[in-house]
Amino acid sequence: MKKILTAMALALASLFCSGAFAQDMMGQDQLYKTFGEKPGLTRLMDDFMTRLVADERTRPFFEKANQQRIKEQLVDQFCQLGGGPCVYKGADMKSAHGSLDINKAQFNALVEVLQQAMDAQGIPFSAQNQMLAKLAPMNRDVITVR
Amino acid sequence: MKHPTMTTTALAAAGLCCALASPLAQADTGKLLLTGGVSTIDGAAGGGLTPWAVIGSNATEGEIGGTAHLTRVNTRDYGLTAYGAALGFKDRFELSLARQDFNTGITGTSLGLPGLHLRQNILGAKVKLAGDAVLDSDTLMPQIAAGVEFKSLDSSGLDATLSALGAKKSGTDVYVSATKLFLAQGLLLNGTLRATKANQNGLLGFGATLGGANSSYRLQPELSVAYLLSRKIAIGAEYRAMPNNLEAAGRAAGLGNGLRSQDWKDIFIAWAPTKNVSLTLAYVDLGTIVPATTGSRRQTGTYLSAQLAF
Repeated sequence: MKKILTAMALALASLFCSGAFAQDMMGQDQLYKTFGEKPGLTRLMDDFMTRLVADERTRPFFEKANQQRIKEQLVDQFCQLGGGPCVYKGADMKSAHGSLDINKAQFNALVEVLQQAMDAQGIPFSAQNQMLAKLAPMNRDVITVR
Repeated sequence: MKHPTMTTTALAAAGLCCALASPLAQADTGKLLLTGGVSTIDGAAGGGLTPWAVIGSNATEGEIGGTAHLTRVNTRDYGLTAYGAALGFKDRFELSLARQDFNTGITGTSLGLPGLHLRQNILGAKVKLAGDAVLDSDTLMPQIAAGVEFKSLDSSGLDATLSALGAKKSGTDVYVSATKLFLAQGLLLNGTLRATKANQNGLLGFGATLGGANSSYRLQPELSVAYLLSRKIAIGAEYRAMPNNLEAAGRAAGLGNGLRSQDWKDIFIAWAPTKNVSLTLAYVDLGTIVPATTGSRRQTGTYLSAQLAF
């Protein structure tokens, strides 16, 4: 029993440490670079928007919106979250979504579509999760129907 | 079917499945892949051996969903088949029903009861109390849930033995679970604290009073770790502490440590090829189970489980 618990604790500790060290060594903008910097993010968001409009779960929120503007804002937002040289200048998440009826299933649907788009760009799973970890807490402001 | 309770369970499970097939539940349910966990052998959503704070099924807020599962465990001397169904309501409440069929193998034969099977039904309920295991990635706050499992053992050839040991044929487990996905690391941790009297999960009854053995509730910790290799595949390990009330009763009956039980553990890989299907393969170590008749062999072996989720 002790052996197994010790092994589990060690495995956990090493996972966390490797994550922390990796971030230190890779520098602040590593995630931005993994996403292919501005050109990579622009490709990602072009494809993401196409998929958002194609998916019936997310289509109602995007088909009549200003897609070009949203894509540019998403590039800025991901660039900034990834440690890149950008500043997101759009509205805060609460005011940007306040007038929409968005439930958790629809929020999750958007996450799924984003995961598909990131897969299509060849972004590694671990980098995807690091970005998603920065985005996920926004659910509190984005989901308007609880 | 020979066993009325088995028929009842099967009917109830079929009822749950019909509920799943209703248009309401068929509407596209919206949990992210694998975030509803898999089905434990006791029916609740979680890992394989221990429940988690997640609410089973693909249903998220405002939705109703369900799962059905079939699990087979083969250890060196025993076999266990478990099946059941669960309903998830609005990612808040979970109701589960499971049936276990334990083939006693060599132990039944040694007791003069060849072909003895021990069967029990488990009715479970769970409520999410706080937190979001997946999306609260900027805090250490886990998702927390409380649950209850009502376990009831069928009559069998072992009744007189259990009665002599002072073990009851039904019992109630109560547990609290905390589950946290460290999203950036792709690592999930779960801790569960269970109050239980169950001997070998209830398959050998609940408590044991022979010779003044302690038969009160025990608090047992359970721990799960899972690492996401991809969105569809998780690997991990579980540890579930078990009470050992039968050992003292067995000693009083002149069996030495022949009824000693040990903690359960496993390492697993879970794969969700689609949103509606998951398969879990594990190597389990259930410790000794009635070592008196099994040469004190540790009951190691395989665990295979399939789950349908809506």
